[in-house]
Amino acid sequence: SARVMPTQERKLFSSTLFHKIFKAHTSLSLKKCKGCLYKISTSMVEKGTSLLKMMEISVAEAEKRTGKNAVNMQETYTVYLIETRPVDAASEGTNPVPDSLWRRYSEFELLRNYLLVTYPFSVVPPLPEKRAEFVWHKLSADNMDPDFVERRRVGLENFLLRVASHPDLSSDKIFYSFLTEENGWKETVFETGFQAKADSRLKALNATFRVKNPDKRFAEMKHYGDELQSVISQLLRVRARAADRLYGVYKVHGNYGRVFSEWSAIEKEMGDGLQSAGHHMDAYAASVDDILEEEEHYADQLKEYLFYADALRAVCRKHELTQYELEMAAQDLTSKKQQREELATGTIRTFSLKGMTSKLFGQETPEQREAKVKMLETQIEEGEELVKERNTECEEFVKSAWVDIERFKEQKDHDLREALISYAIMQISMCKKGIQVWNNAKECFSKM
Amino acid sequence: MSGFVVDSTVSSGNSSVAIPTDISGQILDLDEDDDLEVFSKDTTVTDGSSFNASMQTSPASMINQYKFEEDAEDTKDIFVTVDNPESHVTAIETYITYRVVTKTTRSEFDSSEFEVRRRYQDFLWLKGRLEEAHPTLIVHPLPEKFVVKGMVERFNEDFIETRRRALHRFLNKIAEHPIFSSSEDFKIFLTAAPGELTSYKKQGPGFLSRMGETVKAVAAAVRGVRNRPQEFTEMQEYVEAFSQKISSLDKVTQRIVREQKEYLEELKECGPTYALWSQSEEELAEPLKDVAGCVDRCCKETEEQVKNLNDNLIPVLHEYALCTDTLKAVLRRRDNIQADFEAKTEALATKKADRDTESKVLSLAWDSLVGRSPEEVKQQKQQKLKGEIKEMRDDLDKAEDRLEWANNALKSDWTRWQKDMRTDLRSAFVDTAERNVNYYEKCLAVWESFLHSQRTDAEGNGNVDFS
Repeated sequence: SARVMPTQERKLFSSTLFHKIFKAHTSLSLKKCKGCLYKISTSMVEKGTSLLKMMEISVAEAEKRTGKNAVNMQETYTVYLIETRPVDAASEGTNPVPDSLWRRYSEFELLRNYLLVTYPFSVVPPLPEKRAEFVWHKLSADNMDPDFVERRRVGLENFLLRVASHPDLSSDKIFYSFLTEENGWKETVFETGFQAKADSRLKALNATFRVKNPDKRFAEMKHYGDELQSVISQLLRVRARAADRLYGVYKVHGNYGRVFSEWSAIEKEMGDGLQSAGHHMDAYAASVDDILEEEEHYADQLKEYLFYADALRAVCRKHELTQYELEMAAQDLTSKKQQREELATGTIRTFSLKGMTSKLFGQETPEQREAKVKMLETQIEEGEELVKERNTECEEFVKSAWVDIERFKEQKDHDLREALISYAIMQISMCKKGIQVWNNAKECFSKM
Repeated sequence: MSGFVVDSTVSSGNSSVAIPTDISGQILDLDEDDDLEVFSKDTTVTDGSSFNASMQTSPASMINQYKFEEDAEDTKDIFVTVDNPESHVTAIETYITYRVVTKTTRSEFDSSEFEVRRRYQDFLWLKGRLEEAHPTLIVHPLPEKFVVKGMVERFNEDFIETRRRALHRFLNKIAEHPIFSSSEDFKIFLTAAPGELTSYKKQGPGFLSRMGETVKAVAAAVRGVRNRPQEFTEMQEYVEAFSQKISSLDKVTQRIVREQKEYLEELKECGPTYALWSQSEEELAEPLKDVAGCVDRCCKETEEQVKNLNDNLIPVLHEYALCTDTLKAVLRRRDNIQADFEAKTEALATKKADRDTESKVLSLAWDSLVGRSPEEVKQQKQQKLKGEIKEMRDDLDKAEDRLEWANNALKSDWTRWQKDMRTDLRSAFVDTAERNVNYYEKCLAVWESFLHSQRTDAEGNGNVDFS
């Protein structure tokens, strides 16, 4: 009989969570899973969100569909199966069928855009790349290629788990319905009216404006985001080229296999040794496929942070925008106050068209001046409110954003360190295979 | 090292192969030969006393003898090295000489150590002499005159070094060969002062006599061999096939080197990229720097591995590719010797047929014209034919001996060559495999030390244990 764990003890880091996620990767070997497990497990364990405490999420499968698109043209696209299962049921030993629904990549994109707009102070987890980039020649750049689809499936699951483990994003209703409501979800998203806000966000990302007093930390973060993006891109490029070359080295050894085999046919005493050595050369040549597949996984981990750099920069830009708007409001207020002062003292220090025209066409009447002053007073009052508002907005943004940025930093440091370690483990495995093959070959050669 | 003392006439460069007519005497002579000292440790070696009557003294058995002596490798009594290339500039040309150092305990050498300088031309001369003296023995190939692809510069450092190693191997192969190593030409090559060598080179068969041999060879080649023994046909087929395989291996290995070099080029950029990244990071700076270091160290190991392939495996494969040309030439020469023998056999048979069937009518008519009696004429004719036939028979005997000698020499040397080839290629491939294992072991250590440092860091900081 299964022991029911007391609630306090019930850990997020449950073996069943692993088990379910692992089982969902039906076509994967455990090796491939390791990277995912690392990412999911250690970063989310201590920071368990209420959502993850409730349900298990996975992207179990991918399927090709054909249908008519918006302009009534036939198109082929891939859909992904999102499975959710309540945590309780799993740990009690029963195995209910998970709830599931199909989503396509564009819906994921919609979800993310919504989150970007709705939580501008959050570093929103990135989606896996839309098109395959940084490919080395053997890897297909075709979106329909099964390997690409598979890697994307893993990336999408990652995305969902990252959102689900984010302290703010995980409690979002739209996110929840994305996971649970197949029909009508799109409409629900549009109903939130986030599109309108999306425009201002777009402005934040694209506008070039000069901020006088940005928070230094954000400026540094933005710079860091730039550097991170640049260096990871470079690394991915170099890595892809090196992978290409390494592939060539291994595969040429396959020719040894062929020639040894042919040569062994004309030799008497040397024949056996040559023939068996040839087999090992073939094995060596074949081993590169697995090696590079694993390395591709490492590349995916790097890519995630390449795209995260973008998300980080977006938050910094948003800060700049709020700061800018504050500064604009403050500047406007100052100018209005100055105008009032001038009107009161009669000195014209600020240029105004009214001032010029009154100079040219004569002074205004006391009534006119009275009205003007009154209007300015109102504007000043409004301006002060606005400045106060924007100041609060700015402060709150800085506070929330910085909290998330710190959280992100910790996650990034941890994840990338794990990635480097897994890279080292991969290199070690590759070396061990090499040692084995060449030791075997050596033995065969010595029997030549 | 060789237990077989060859008649000096054979090795002096006499273009027609002189076969020692009485060999048994020479074998028994080994009793007094100091060289025998060295071999007495090996009981399989024959000395005069164990040479019993039932053993044939045919060339075949003599040549089979030195198969045994070769097994006694610890009895090597001559050591040759080629090193120290130097450039020589004269008014006419610039060329490279190599220092050739010989250390030996052989009695036929005046002293135990020699040091001379030789240029590539001298090596070519030596090879030519050995081939002339022993047309059906297999001389190890020399490095090629020019490099076909890539470097054309004769004075390029890498080229000189590669050539030096090949010349070193060449001389060592000669020194290890039972017959070649006791060649007078070889001795002169190793010991003569430059002036001596030049004048010695001028001796020996003149241009004309060599031309004569060439013409004979061409004639024989044109005629072709009629009854080649099966084993030589098999040899030829083997050489054809082997030549293809070895040249393929040479190409494959060169391709591997090329690919490795290109991989290395890309890998060299990885380390610096990680290092650059570490500059933007705080927590990650250390591990990133470590990874950069690891990648750089692996680069060095890869460079080393490429160099090894270039220096060790490729030259050996290349030499055996060149060997196949030698083998083909040797088989051709043997064929020519057989063709010559066949031609002489035919000629003798024809002559004999002539003797047996006289064209009486014609000769009588002529003779009556000239005024000689038929009996006289007949007698004269018979004498003449007898004389001619005897000459031809002697010639034919010589040709037959030459052929038998050539065949047996080739058969024995073929066995020796095959054994050598097997040893050389086996050790070259074993060596390569070992170096590859070494390469991977070194890289493994590099990454394992990185992991170790990360683990101790993590546990030190109280982080999650991810073992």
